[in-house]
Amino acid sequence: MNMSRIVRTVADISFPFILIYGFYIVVHGHLTPGGGFQGGAVIATGIVLLVAAHGHEAVARQITGNLLKNAETFGLLLFIITALIAILLGQGFFTNWLANTGMLFGTPVAFGPGPGDLNTAGVIPIMNIAVGIEVLGALSIILYYMLSGAQEAR
Amino acid sequence: MIPDIIMHNLPAFLIAVPMFAAFATPLIGRLGNERVRDAWVLLAMALTAAVAVLLAAQVYSAGTLVYTFGGASPGIPVPADSGGIPVRIIFTIDAMSAFMALIAGIVGFSVTAYSMASQSRSSGRESYYMLLLLLTVGVLGMVCTGDLFNFFVFLEISSLAGAALVASRVDRGVAVEAGLKYAVLSTLGGLLVLFAVALLYGQYGSLNMALIAHQMQFTVLDMVALVLLVTALAMKCGAVPMHFWTPDAYSMAPAPVTAFLVVASQASLYGLFRVVFTLYNVTLNYSLVGWFIIIIGVLSMVVGVTMALPQKDVMRLMAYHAVSQTGYMLLGVGVGLAVLGDETLMSTFGLTAMEGGIFHIINHAMYKGLLFLTAGAVFYRTGTRNLNQMGGLGHNMKWTMVFFIIGALAIAGIPPFNGFASKLMIYESVFLFNPFLSIIAMVVSILTLASFVKVFHSVFMGPQLPEYQDVKEVPAYMLIGMGILALVVIVFGLFPQVVVDGLVAPAASALVDQSSYIASVLGGI
Repeated sequence: MNMSRIVRTVADISFPFILIYGFYIVVHGHLTPGGGFQGGAVIATGIVLLVAAHGHEAVARQITGNLLKNAETFGLLLFIITALIAILLGQGFFTNWLANTGMLFGTPVAFGPGPGDLNTAGVIPIMNIAVGIEVLGALSIILYYMLSGAQEAR
Repeated sequence: MIPDIIMHNLPAFLIAVPMFAAFATPLIGRLGNERVRDAWVLLAMALTAAVAVLLAAQVYSAGTLVYTFGGASPGIPVPADSGGIPVRIIFTIDAMSAFMALIAGIVGFSVTAYSMASQSRSSGRESYYMLLLLLTVGVLGMVCTGDLFNFFVFLEISSLAGAALVASRVDRGVAVEAGLKYAVLSTLGGLLVLFAVALLYGQYGSLNMALIAHQMQFTVLDMVALVLLVTALAMKCGAVPMHFWTPDAYSMAPAPVTAFLVVASQASLYGLFRVVFTLYNVTLNYSLVGWFIIIIGVLSMVVGVTMALPQKDVMRLMAYHAVSQTGYMLLGVGVGLAVLGDETLMSTFGLTAMEGGIFHIINHAMYKGLLFLTAGAVFYRTGTRNLNQMGGLGHNMKWTMVFFIIGALAIAGIPPFNGFASKLMIYESVFLFNPFLSIIAMVVSILTLASFVKVFHSVFMGPQLPEYQDVKEVPAYMLIGMGILALVVIVFGLFPQVVVDGLVAPAASALVDQSSYIASVLGGI
């Protein structure tokens, strides 16, 4: 059961843009409004758009429920492992062990007003990305189950 | 023996171990086979319980422990450049918190062991174990945290996980209804807590319990916050007149979940005591608030037991008894609060009443958990919870019957089981406060005994029924789960003085001593 060709085409065209916008919100979580949860929700709406346009079965062949479940688990594990590494480094749980180290996301923040540097803030962006992956998996799987019910009812 | 890195980060591991295990459980469930996953969950719970024991040992020997999250040195709660304000999320673990964490550890482990067998016939076990571990995280976080907003977060974690677990028998519509009821009421309670936290934050600009307690002015807004917090937490612990969710949730959840929900309710009870004793304490009108807690306690005792008497569903009956037993804890601690301002009364009976109430928390978690697990064992073999359809099971389920007898005698306050020890402390001390209350407590105890004699008789006694001819004893895992709790019940009953002196008295004095709680975070201000 599909929508009209116009709807399907527009959905296909706008899907990559929604993805990019979602990932932008996730990755820039420490600089601009938004963050992991908001970005993940945006990505999940992209998947909902695909389901609405193509029907649940067609989308589920490409993006399986297991893939989304794995994304959810991966996000959660990335989050907690990032927090646990701090303990292994001899600091407190959840300590920002990457900030100002010069490594990934480790550039010290310049003093004064500026446009913002993506490569700062240490573990905060990593945890944003983890939450983003988790939320896109979890929200999509919730909507998958609800929409598959709608499919059966039809 | 144990590496320093673990010993220094015990409060973090208390949360991190079950959380990590919970997050990894679905993955392991999908990759490996069932045995691997079961072993993983059991190991995680055993580790969590071990961390709780180590933490309790540390706290009881070295005093209140403070752990700041995200700090390079977690032991220092107030960063040097913050102007004397503890800005980070903080765990403040005093003897009372460690005591509650110990309860959650013991019950959590035995419940998980029990689930290995009791849930083996249901599907979706990855989610079940994940939610059980998350519920543990929520409970442990609630009892350990020293930050009000953090308390709300853990309250929500335990509420959501609990609601999903209550509804886990989705094939029965009633279970989903009970889960929804629990979810809605928990959310309502959570919102009340959140609103109260916002009121306090707006005034004091901090979420740290110690700092708020230190600066507490007891303005009108603080009174509103107190009312909201007490109402929400009394509802979450199932005190009358806000007990209506307990029979539904407790009776429809799988038995191991119910046994752990009892601990989750007690974590809310802990929250109530923490708010009253630590957050407000000196600013309160002791006898007014104390009497309020005493009255809801007495109401819970009486209404709970009288509602339990006519029940035919064994789980529902026990759920009403859980309400009734919560009343004893409220009564004991309420009496302690009512006389908190008076040194002589406090030393003659106030502290004993509080110790009795707090001792009853751990006793109740053990014997009520045991009773729910035996009810679950009977349900596992017979498929019914209706007392009228059971009978003669003592012929086939001897161990379950023994465990039931232990639990039933303990809840009724018969020596030498642990319920007797704590109830005697409550009777004696409350008698000095107000003889009438003590008499009510004894009458409730007699009714409890009557009700459990009825259950015992209709489930286990009588001739073997033809339909239960082939009923066997439950699997070993379930017996282990029940055995651990039964052992604790007996040991606590045989050596109550050791437990009171070693575990309960430090917890009670930690709860009363607001200034040392504040000093442990803010450092002797």
